[in-house]
Amino acid sequence: MTRIDVGSVLRHSANVPFSDLVTRSTGAAVRRCIERELAELQDGDVALLDFSAIGTMDYSCADEVVAKLLLALAAQDSATGYVVFHGITDAHLEAIEVVLEHHGLALVVQFADGGARLVGAVTDDERSTWELVNARGSSSPEDMAAAAGRELVEMARILDSLRRRRLLRIDGVAYTPVGPVQ
Amino acid sequence: MTAVITVPSSLDDLTFEQVLEQLAQQPMDAKVIIDARYTTFGTPFGLTALLTLAQTRVEKAEFLPPEDADVLSYWARAGFFRYAEDLYSLHGSVPRPRNTGESDVLLEITPVVKSDDVHTVVERIQQKAAQILINKLHLEPRATMGFTMTLSEACQNIVEHAGTGGWVMVQAYRYKKRMQGRYMAVIAVCDAGVGFRRSLEMGSRRPLTDRWDDAAALETAVVNGVSRYTEPGRGQGLKGIRGYIHRRSGKLSVRSGTARIAYVPSWDDDVPRRGDLAPFPGAQLLIMIPEKPAAAA
Repeated sequence: MTRIDVGSVLRHSANVPFSDLVTRSTGAAVRRCIERELAELQDGDVALLDFSAIGTMDYSCADEVVAKLLLALAAQDSATGYVVFHGITDAHLEAIEVVLEHHGLALVVQFADGGARLVGAVTDDERSTWELVNARGSSSPEDMAAAAGRELVEMARILDSLRRRRLLRIDGVAYTPVGPVQ
Repeated sequence: MTAVITVPSSLDDLTFEQVLEQLAQQPMDAKVIIDARYTTFGTPFGLTALLTLAQTRVEKAEFLPPEDADVLSYWARAGFFRYAEDLYSLHGSVPRPRNTGESDVLLEITPVVKSDDVHTVVERIQQKAAQILINKLHLEPRATMGFTMTLSEACQNIVEHAGTGGWVMVQAYRYKKRMQGRYMAVIAVCDAGVGFRRSLEMGSRRPLTDRWDDAAALETAVVNGVSRYTEPGRGQGLKGIRGYIHRRSGKLSVRSGTARIAYVPSWDDDVPRRGDLAPFPGAQLLIMIPEKPAAAA
């Protein structure tokens, strides 16, 4: 597990003495630094992006840091790592939800108590399936289909979609939540 | 020959057009005197637009400050003369800004040239504005953050598109014109840069249409969210501003070149679109966020 303190990245990569993620140029500098760290991840590793020290995040910066990061991960067929967002506040969501919807992206937010939430553009089927996996832990498609009362083929399709979007992991034949992260 | 341009007694985004109409009759290199002696009220838009106007003149314009001592004092507190001293040939003496404690000026006139300036603006507004936005406008914390984001995006338009520096000012005051005197937070962002039409042309983002003028450019950028940059995530700043304005029953107006476009809330009687205005370089944004009604607060 790798924890990336976005507040610290902001101070060092963008060289600004503030805690706000604003402007595209700042966002781009922060993203490039995070991408370098993510490139070091091993197969199946989870990176916790910690936004606890971030004050304001505007739309442009959310697009640069959050959306472009997720787009880059999704574009890499061989990408090995997963990303979980931590320390996200309602105020951050004001910008993040807008850019996720714009790009058709989604991400996993993990709370301090271990709880997690799916944020962004997901279908009702994806959300309910993700929540079920999150509640059950590691589950096979057969178990999930039975638990959700769905056809196996349909459930397998939804689970695979969530895996490709890096919102779930696959461990052998079982799908597991991206977190929890210790 | 020197032309005298009379500033209206009440200077806001709409009456500023009277200034531009007078200027339009003069060549760009004409010597002008901006006469604000009888101006008794100036909004953030009016003050930032006056500084922007000075930047558009080939020959340094002269400026006659307001005669009313209270108005003069307010303009000084707003930071107007700090920059007007360089941009204009000022007549007479103007007061030094004094710290008078609590002020409804949430952000004095601040130059925005580069990305770091946006950080400074955001930092300063958060230090000063949070309590006023919560206690007087009754905005919940998330909406307060949205206000800061809106301000940040409006300022970034200068950095990303104008090609020159601009000005921002934020104020909260009782809006006596309408709204039964409810509080209003006002953001004015003005620049004398390339403007929306030229910006879209520079990025080859002009739509395939025969009708192409400043009004069409504003519609393309502000309404349709098209940016001069082709990246898929571009244009979200203005889109985010529009969304915030809509949720807060606020007003957004954008003037560029010879046109002006506005998202007009039910409490205002402005028109959504004006064309064939007197020309003025750059882009000028006005954002108004009203106090949350008591029942909804």
